[in-house]
Amino acid sequence: MNGSPPILAVKDLRVIKAGSLVLDIPALMVEEGEILSLIGPNGAGKTTLLQTVARLIKPSAGDLFFKGQKASSNHSDLEYRRRVAMVFQEPLLFDTTVFENVASGLKIRGMQRPEIRKIVAENLEQFGISHLLHRSARKISGGEAQRVALAFATRPEVLLLDEPFSSLDPPTRESLLADLESILRQTKTTTLMATHDRMEALRLSDRIAVMNQGRILQVGPPAEVMNQPLDEFVASFVGVETILPGRVIRKNGGSFVASIMGHEVEAVGEVELGESVVFCIRPENVTLAVHPSKESSSARNVFPGKIVKIIPLGLYHKVQLHCGFPLVAYVTGHSLENLALAEGQEVVASFKATSIHVVKKKGGRR
Amino acid sequence: MDLILEGILKAFHLLITFDPEVMGITLLSLQVSGTATFISLLIGISIGTIVALAEFPGRRFVVSLINTGMGLPPVVVGLFVTIFLWRNGPLGFLGILYTPAAMILAQAVIATPIVMGITLAAIQALPKNLRLQILALGATRLQMVWILIKEAKLPLLAGVMAGFGGVISEVGASIMVGGNIKGYSRVLTTATVMETSRGNFDIAIALGIILLLLAYFINLILTQIQQRERPR
Repeated sequence: MNGSPPILAVKDLRVIKAGSLVLDIPALMVEEGEILSLIGPNGAGKTTLLQTVARLIKPSAGDLFFKGQKASSNHSDLEYRRRVAMVFQEPLLFDTTVFENVASGLKIRGMQRPEIRKIVAENLEQFGISHLLHRSARKISGGEAQRVALAFATRPEVLLLDEPFSSLDPPTRESLLADLESILRQTKTTTLMATHDRMEALRLSDRIAVMNQGRILQVGPPAEVMNQPLDEFVASFVGVETILPGRVIRKNGGSFVASIMGHEVEAVGEVELGESVVFCIRPENVTLAVHPSKESSSARNVFPGKIVKIIPLGLYHKVQLHCGFPLVAYVTGHSLENLALAEGQEVVASFKATSIHVVKKKGGRR
Repeated sequence: MDLILEGILKAFHLLITFDPEVMGITLLSLQVSGTATFISLLIGISIGTIVALAEFPGRRFVVSLINTGMGLPPVVVGLFVTIFLWRNGPLGFLGILYTPAAMILAQAVIATPIVMGITLAAIQALPKNLRLQILALGATRLQMVWILIKEAKLPLLAGVMAGFGGVISEVGASIMVGGNIKGYSRVLTTATVMETSRGNFDIAIALGIILLLLAYFINLILTQIQQRERPR
């Protein structure tokens, strides 16, 4: 882009474990100062990718480039490992004081005591845990332990985070997330973070990579991945609750009509007649009403249906509908009360043609 | 009852008068078993750590061998060490049969698998990712192994206690390869056996009590360290 090579680049990377291909990344680049999140279900290969990048796992094939230079010869391994840092899912602290823990990485590098003291103090300060300095690492809480583990990772050129928040309770996670975000932005640390929490990824990342079965399915800015998922898997993973396969039966100008389980649904996009498509509808784009609205609305798709199930999700409720095809809508607690929605009730669901993200079915491509 | 009481009184007498023969026997016991334990720590911890960390074919078999070795009967060790050190045995040229050196060798053979087995278990019990974490911190392989051993220090102390306890109280091998020579290769256990067979119960009880006290104080010190470091 700007002439300088990306800080990290991966080429034709493959990892084979016990005879099966667990990681297959043709190419991935991370720019300096960027925060890239890897999201995907368990077993998607996120941890394997991080550990390969940290050079803790030897890839079966492929190369890793650090600032344009190949980091594969055994010789430079140690030097490379000292320029990156990895934080694991469970805080792995040594059975000693917090100071000694944070100092361990510096000691390994042969740093002198006064300098170690200064850096440890700074790192603890950064994560707001200066008061823990002389405490035993076995006697602090889970949230504090993860902060110590993050303070471990001393000013790396690339920071690798493997689901660092997944073992924490929500309030602890929230405060750590906020602190980490500001630290990473301030220090402009290049970060590669694995998570299965898409909200975490959305919040922290410059780009998101969605992984499944050892492959990266889509990489892009959060808004792009959220709103234009490349396939059904990405769509379901980034929070599109309704995924409907159908076939294009009519085209009129910019919009087209597809048959979804016998119902006509209108959407916008460049498609061909007879083509197989998948409609992705985000639940926040579906509106519910108890009576068919008399005044005209801009929603082109209006379907009467029945409420199958209402699942409370804290600040809002997830309403599962059946309108001849399954549909999911989010409503606030307020609307739920106002409309007196209940399971088994008849409602009218509507969504705009433009709110549907159209994925062209892979099998149907010519 | 009188026998025991007399024995205890005798033991006190021998102890407070610093009886030179008893002191000599006690010191030799400490020297032989201490040296044997030290050797077993060097070998046991290093090989135990390697087996715990390495992947190689037949690993399970090796582990089962080590675990079996933790219960080696001292007389069997005594037998084989004697054969090896016999005049025309493979190590006969050393000429150390019936010397304290032979006893150290036999006791080291007994203690090493105990230390090795406990080391193996201790290192394996560490979290799997800890190794990766240490490497990710930029450690060399040697630094990693050192940090892992430090992390396992509490269970390793148990290994030290078990190893030392095993050899200080062992009699079969010591008598076979040391010969229980007065003033030269006589230790607390072999002396106790001899005095008992002679019917000198008072001296035997005295030696037994000294042995118990010795074992107790050494373990007390190690226990102090272990419990001070206990994670709470």
